[in-house]
Amino acid sequence: MAEIAFREALRQTMREALLADDRVVMIGEDIGAYGGSYAVTKGLLEEFGPERIMDSPISESVVVGCGIGAAMGGLRPMIELMTINFSLLAFDQIVNNAAKLSYMSGGQISVPMIIRMASGAGSQLAAQHSHSLEGWYAHIPGIKVAVPYSPRDARGLLRTAFSEPNPVIFIEHTALYARKGEVPDGDYTIPFGQAEVLREGSDVTLIGYSGSVHQASQAAELLAESGCHAELLNLRTLRPLDVEAIITSVRKTHRAVVVEDDWKFGGFAGEIAAIIMEGAFDNLDAPVARVCGADVPIPYAKALEQAALPSAQQIADAALELM
Amino acid sequence: MTQLADKPTAKELDSSQLIGLLRQMMLIRRFEEKAAEMYAKQRIAGFLHLYNGEEAVAVGAISALNSDDHIFTHYRDHGHALARGIEPRRIMAELFGRETGVSRGKGGSMHLFDVERSFMGGYAIVGGHLPLACGMALANQRLGNGRIVLCIFGDGAVNEGEFHESLNLAAVWKLPVLFLCENNFYGMGTDIRRVSAVIEIYKRAAAYAMPAEQVDGMNVLEMYQAVQRVAQGVRAGNGPAFLEAICFRFRGHSMADPEFYRRKEETERWRELDPITTFHRKLEQDGVIDEPAFQSLQAEIEEIVNEAVQFAAESPEPPPEALYDDVYAQERD
Repeated sequence: MAEIAFREALRQTMREALLADDRVVMIGEDIGAYGGSYAVTKGLLEEFGPERIMDSPISESVVVGCGIGAAMGGLRPMIELMTINFSLLAFDQIVNNAAKLSYMSGGQISVPMIIRMASGAGSQLAAQHSHSLEGWYAHIPGIKVAVPYSPRDARGLLRTAFSEPNPVIFIEHTALYARKGEVPDGDYTIPFGQAEVLREGSDVTLIGYSGSVHQASQAAELLAESGCHAELLNLRTLRPLDVEAIITSVRKTHRAVVVEDDWKFGGFAGEIAAIIMEGAFDNLDAPVARVCGADVPIPYAKALEQAALPSAQQIADAALELM
Repeated sequence: MTQLADKPTAKELDSSQLIGLLRQMMLIRRFEEKAAEMYAKQRIAGFLHLYNGEEAVAVGAISALNSDDHIFTHYRDHGHALARGIEPRRIMAELFGRETGVSRGKGGSMHLFDVERSFMGGYAIVGGHLPLACGMALANQRLGNGRIVLCIFGDGAVNEGEFHESLNLAAVWKLPVLFLCENNFYGMGTDIRRVSAVIEIYKRAAAYAMPAEQVDGMNVLEMYQAVQRVAQGVRAGNGPAFLEAICFRFRGHSMADPEFYRRKEETERWRELDPITTFHRKLEQDGVIDEPAFQSLQAEIEEIVNEAVQFAAESPEPPPEALYDDVYAQERD
């Protein structure tokens, strides 16, 4: 088992998929000659050529729609959209076509494709490059939403995505790309809908996904210093969601703090809170707490940007208030 | 398997093929008249967009393709589906919302699909299917299967961003797709002259270095000939091509349209160019069809359409447990 960076785990897995299946093609803006705006696809053009690694025009909607049509036609496309913010230009294709084609054709069509996009703030990229909209995609039946946290997740979930007959939205937090971790080789996969208990505890459950797991993990350390034993849940996929893991943990700890970078109002953290209420109401000793991004467009100035994102201290404070 | 031989030119069509074109147009017309009747009787719900008047476009274009060439079209899709040879009874059953419908009752009038016949669907987000047609063409190009994609849309789609994105992508990647714009001059109820800077739509393709021309969409043979010719180049790998079919829909945008936005005289003028009566007259003059043969054609179509209604009416509705079927595909090959 090697220790590699998150982006390296993604690239290795893509390379294996390209080698294993001629039908896999990758389409995106600057994924080839430039090497990918986050260097995830670096070197793939040189190895696989321009028919497999296709630099596209800056036309998000047709790029995603082309991927859908290619999937309908027998290819296995992987689309890269630089950021989730740009994916809004292709939102119609994802929601009205990718997600609905199987259903509205009475099951005649499947759309086996992966749409990758970067998410998250923290690099002072300001309001149009920094948002986390995972919850919007999780809202939609017909697609699946993977939100890896660790390099291990990146490999395990991406391998599963390549074997999926359905469209997968694969969301990568930019703060995670350089982080290293142990990644199993070979046939290692992580099934969709299986959360990971990253840390066991008895006093409160911290629930996060993607980049926010990092802050939640630091919060668990802070809480331990105060004698509070937090359990930490990494959701790994938002749709399907591992409801059982959430309920099981809350039944044990009786308290929950949900963490996400996305806006709180109308967000996915609220969905999790409702699921806990539906499945573990009698086990709760306190209301479910949410620690989310501030209700503002992400600002540029460093201090303001940091203030707009959930911090480990905020998460720990929220947990302690439940005690 | 792929039929790589080119289709005959319009001049090479024999009598039975010519009568076949007339028959298909008559079937579409009669099928939709019956559908309108069923809509009025509330046997069909939702939106029902009739193709009445534009039959020559679908029949001419689709007859000029190979049967395994892909078709992507818009929500006014009954004519295209029938021209592709989908059984009328399965289309009518879809309009009735029945389990036996082409899309198992999940799609309705605007979303007819028959993948076995390479009929890749009717789409109801204006312009939203053009990118899909590009993708299918990319797959065909990569698989080297000799199939091309016919992508049909209306004049209303050409001011969508996806129209421009798709033409550009198809041109830059030399995709085997034939873009066919049905210009009936009204995007729903809005006259094209009020919303389009360039109303000769085929000229827009020049911005993407794509060969393009205008065709008389009221003339089935001209449609056939144009598509037959242009499809050869697309199939040969020359890249995409663009056709603008000038046509007119004789009825409203949908059954709910009172047509306040245009004058009756305009419609009446176009009705004189009715693609079915003009073609019928031509075939009569050329001695291809006589009155008894025409009447038996009418009778045959009447029977098909009535049988379609009976089949639809007698078919079961989808069971409640079908609600959650096919949200996700289960298998992967």
